[in-house]
Amino acid sequence: MKITKNAVAGTLESSDAMVTVEPNAEGAGIEFNLDSVVINQFGNSIRRTVMDTLKRLDVQDVKISIVDKGALDCTLKARVEGALFRGAEQTENLPWGGAIR
Amino acid sequence: MSNPNKKRLRRTMMFLNCQKPGLIKDPYIYKPDSIMLDLEDAVAEKEKDAARYSLFHALREIDYRGVERVVRINGLDSPYWREDIRCAVAGGCDSIRIPKTESAQDVHVVEEAVIAAEKEFGREEGSVLIMAALESARGIMKALDICEASDRLFGIALSGGDYTKDLQTHITGTGIELMGARQNMVIAARAAGVQCFDTVYTDLDDMDGFRKDVEAIHLMGFDGKSIINPRQIEIVHDIYTPKQKDIIFAEKVVKEIDDKKAKGIGVFTVDGKMIDIAFYDGAKRTIELAKASGVYEGDL
Amino acid sequence: MLNKVGREIPEEILKQTGKEVFQGNYYKDNTEFKKQGPITKVVMNHDTSKMVSSIHEALVKCGAHDGMTLGFHHHFRDGDLVVNMVMQEVHNMGIKDVTICASSLGKAHDALVPMIEDGTITNIQSSGVRGKIGEAISQGKLKGLAIMRSHGGRIRAIQTGETVIDISFIGAPTCDDYGNCKGVGGKSDCGVLSYSFVDGNHANKVVAVTDCLVPFPNYPADINMTKVDYVCVVDQIGVPEKIATGAAKPTTDVRKLMMADYCTQVVVNTPYFKDGFAYQTGVGGASIASAASLGKIMKERGIKMGFAVGGMSKGMCDLLDEGLVGKLLDTQDFDTSAVESVKRPNHHRISAGAYANPFNKGAFVNKLDYVVLAALEVDVDFNCNVVVGSDGVITGAQGGHPDAAQGAKCTIVISPLVQGRIPAICSKVTTVTTPGESVDIVVTDYGVAVNPARQDLLDALKEAKCVPLRTIEELRDIAYSITGEPEPVQFGDRVVGIIEGRDGTVMDVVRQVKPFTFAED
Repeated sequence: MKITKNAVAGTLESSDAMVTVEPNAEGAGIEFNLDSVVINQFGNSIRRTVMDTLKRLDVQDVKISIVDKGALDCTLKARVEGALFRGAEQTENLPWGGAIR
Repeated sequence: MSNPNKKRLRRTMMFLNCQKPGLIKDPYIYKPDSIMLDLEDAVAEKEKDAARYSLFHALREIDYRGVERVVRINGLDSPYWREDIRCAVAGGCDSIRIPKTESAQDVHVVEEAVIAAEKEFGREEGSVLIMAALESARGIMKALDICEASDRLFGIALSGGDYTKDLQTHITGTGIELMGARQNMVIAARAAGVQCFDTVYTDLDDMDGFRKDVEAIHLMGFDGKSIINPRQIEIVHDIYTPKQKDIIFAEKVVKEIDDKKAKGIGVFTVDGKMIDIAFYDGAKRTIELAKASGVYEGDL
Repeated sequence: MLNKVGREIPEEILKQTGKEVFQGNYYKDNTEFKKQGPITKVVMNHDTSKMVSSIHEALVKCGAHDGMTLGFHHHFRDGDLVVNMVMQEVHNMGIKDVTICASSLGKAHDALVPMIEDGTITNIQSSGVRGKIGEAISQGKLKGLAIMRSHGGRIRAIQTGETVIDISFIGAPTCDDYGNCKGVGGKSDCGVLSYSFVDGNHANKVVAVTDCLVPFPNYPADINMTKVDYVCVVDQIGVPEKIATGAAKPTTDVRKLMMADYCTQVVVNTPYFKDGFAYQTGVGGASIASAASLGKIMKERGIKMGFAVGGMSKGMCDLLDEGLVGKLLDTQDFDTSAVESVKRPNHHRISAGAYANPFNKGAFVNKLDYVVLAALEVDVDFNCNVVVGSDGVITGAQGGHPDAAQGAKCTIVISPLVQGRIPAICSKVTTVTTPGESVDIVVTDYGVAVNPARQDLLDALKEAKCVPLRTIEELRDIAYSITGEPEPVQFGDRVVGIIEGRDGTVMDVVRQVKPFTFAED
């Protein structure tokens, strides 16, 4: 999946996360930035979840930054996917249960 | 084969905005019978897509501990409803709620999409139920058609806000403006053998008014009520829980009928009341409701 | 050295402080000591005036010097102006290396951070610290050690002479020119002055700071003139709306109400719930709601509370008004209703020593049947953390938590199972403030766990079938299934503070935080 434009998903409410994605030059890879209220306990877990999600959606080049307000894993995935599909301008015929899982 | 969940207990159906992670993470703690995860009115137009990802992962990853998970899709006049159904069915929802239903055709259209999604995502055929919300004068007038439109349809629900606008009146708190719709719907639902649910009560500061409202719809025959806040759950469940004297009477009726039927006796008395076979289903229902409410200690 | 709650206390900390490790709640029971008395400058001449024109003059007359220890109370809570006022003057005078011994410090004192950074303040002893000071300490900015001790522990430390207060500044809502202080009658009323009694009795110099000078004698006084060296009138000692807030509206949050209901059910179905029982509760939404529903059941069953002790809010004062409580024994007032209620006949102002000091001849907490407390974290050994946030930063205060928990026959801790993504029930608390042996029952929105050491309470609740019972491990597992298993906070090596047990032993240490780094892939 190719990120072609800047996109945001999520909010800064408690238990939510705001995810911003920007296109990155081909071959530039993934730039990851995290600001989380639970970084001490879940920083590694959050990064793992985000990287797994990128991998599933086959995103190779992206700048992704996350402001996390204590989102559970299911919310994090949803926000990352939300931003990515917006960044790739796809809203229909989504791969539910496939790449999204 | 008919889905065994079609007739499950649905006293309370709590509305939750799919876009609010804080709301959807553990509503089961309040013990509603069903939750309604909303993709429609609660979700802003520009967040329709984002709400689906939340919904999908919530359905997949949150253990709702047996609470029924109903998904309200966007209206059939919107560009969203087909993808809503794919997402909900793939996520594993129990039921789909159709908003603004006006005809049997509306139910058929949704049913087809649900069948397609069940196939696409490898779910058992018939595993996803449907309910229809009636929100207009036309919908109310077509209630029986709608109730009989599909074997998957477990019930109909009144959506009072939109309906009263259509009637050119408004919610008054007295229930007068809803009288016709409520009567019509509950009669249609019973005629078709499906359930019937009442509209929300939005004034959270008036808990006495809420209680009166629930008492009224309980007497009218409704199976349950849509609710907007966990504060309302206990009141509904309290009103729908059979009283001890009714349970004891129902138990006697069931036992006597079982006994007398074997002996070929058609009419007899229990506690001085004339009883025949017509009382059987009602008494059974009281026992079932008592069991579901956790207040039955007998052996039936 | 490993202590009784399984915490490793570094030898150098024990050497540096001369302390022992925590060895169980009753390690010091029946021991003896001689109280430390204050240096007393006598006033015999009727011409002597105690009035000083400024904080500066008070500091000069009291012989303020480098390395001194200053005492403060926290009855003005987030509305306190006294600590900053005094410390600003200390700073202006260029005095260094000051130890602050306060009953608590909070957000009102963020202005002290630069003074920590420049060495004006090098040691802090407090029930805890909220706000920026907590962050500064956790970042290692305080030169010495922060000592977090309970309200009872502060009295013990001062009376044993472990801490000698050179000058104590007592913010007094009303005071006369001879030093009789009261918590009411002025423009910054806080109700009671309980935490200052010990300062009056043991500090070498005592300065009353007031914004409402009243005619002599301001009687009956909370702090007596016989203990006060100087009286200083200033424009304002506190911000009234931050001292005592309006009474909190009864909560409508169903989760809190549910926990309140569980808590009430636990109380009324355990054996101490009988006429004359003793009770303490906090000011969280669930605690207040529980007090209200408890009142209803007390009325139904014709049971009255003998006394309630500790911090007071409207809920408890209402029970007093309804005749459901014999006496309120008050150490702190959280809202305006409580401040008003202080004037009623069965509402008594007591000292923090009478409330909770472990080293006197018996405090009120020893007579408690029930206490209802909150916690940031509880672990599977029932140890509680109320001081250090899950990010490792000092963010709360012990208050009377360990005192009441140890004293009460049935200690109930209420917490929602998960807050945000932080599980409140965990395998190991970040820092132990109250040992598990003091904690009997944990109430969450997902059920109630009883400490296995209290089989009697477990049996009572099982028989009553009144609450969903779980083991503490089950609660932890549910929490982790929702949040995922948290990793422990990454701390640096330097110890920046100690959590002191009630008896002065070391319960735990707090280490400097370090910036989070991702694990290697």
